[in-house]
Amino acid sequence: MSTQRVLESELNRRSVVARILRDRGEALVITSLGNPTFDVAAAGDVPQNFYLWGAMGGAVMVGLGVALAQPDKRVIVFVGDGEMMMGLGSLATVAVHGAKNLSIVVIDNEHYAETGMQPAHAGRGVNIDRVAQAVGFSQACMVREAQQLEGAIETIHGGEGPVLTVFKVTTEPVPTALPPRDGPYLRSRFREALLGSEAHR
Amino acid sequence: MSNINWSRQVFDELKRLDVRQVGYVPDAGHKELIRLCVADAQMQAVSLTTEEEGIALVAGAWLGGQRGVLLLQSSGVGNCINMLSLQHETRIPLLMIVTMRGEWGEFNPWQVAMGKSTEEVLEASGVYVYRADSAEEVTPSVVAGLSFAYNTGRSVAVLIGQRVIGTKNFNK
Repeated sequence: MSTQRVLESELNRRSVVARILRDRGEALVITSLGNPTFDVAAAGDVPQNFYLWGAMGGAVMVGLGVALAQPDKRVIVFVGDGEMMMGLGSLATVAVHGAKNLSIVVIDNEHYAETGMQPAHAGRGVNIDRVAQAVGFSQACMVREAQQLEGAIETIHGGEGPVLTVFKVTTEPVPTALPPRDGPYLRSRFREALLGSEAHR
Repeated sequence: MSNINWSRQVFDELKRLDVRQVGYVPDAGHKELIRLCVADAQMQAVSLTTEEEGIALVAGAWLGGQRGVLLLQSSGVGNCINMLSLQHETRIPLLMIVTMRGEWGEFNPWQVAMGKSTEEVLEASGVYVYRADSAEEVTPSVVAGLSFAYNTGRSVAVLIGQRVIGTKNFNK
């Protein structure tokens, strides 16, 4: 019955996320609830980050809305594999509407780490990068090794979107890194950083 | 039924009020409004696989500096409940335009459950509900709802009664 595999990865989630964000430049970042939010916060809490602390399954669509509104800015959405399974339909929507400036980064540890390490579909035969390919993403790939990292990161920042990159990461525990969770604060600082005084009209 | 072309009126008001992203699911009641939005070069009409995608889309649009609206049917409101926590918790504005099924002369019994509970479910989720039960009421309700949503950072749903849309005929 079980098709569970041993996770074959050497990548640490915090190191991967920090390496991607080192080159972020003007990019706008959206995160899904749980560890992706903490990973991005650990790499540096800045106004251009918008963290979802809930609304599971919605992170990619928030990213699409931002990307359509800001076609000249790169928008990067960091999601867990569990979040992505809940919003699989949104991958089809993103592909159909073809946002060229949108990149989705799936931090895939094949488990629901936040709720007690229950095995997730991504560790049981579901390949999210292949789902993205099947629905029509311009570029979708899976990264398991450090030597693949640099090329993948270049695509995340500069490749023609929509781009989806799955990073298989280990389940080793990482230190807690909690960013602000006050919704109006997060939305207002994000908009002010992007729009200046227009944000308050 | 009234001859008022509320779809055209609503479209003109969405244009005037600078709505730039329109999320929608296929819906007979919204057919004309969807057609107008898809055909407009300044609007991005985004077809969704399920309604809650649109809640998140419209939130993202506003974070990025654009106004959005979501077009859906009463049966899809239930799909949105947890996603509405996004606007509830961040006070990002939201306007939903909902065509009602399962009420006035409905043929399909499976539409009745959400037809009955749509208004209560929305209000329980923190959404302000405006109802339009005649064609004359639709456009003013949309204008008032959009202004309220975007001026006060709240979520609004305008419910367009099945009496306005007309009862779907299954025996064509």
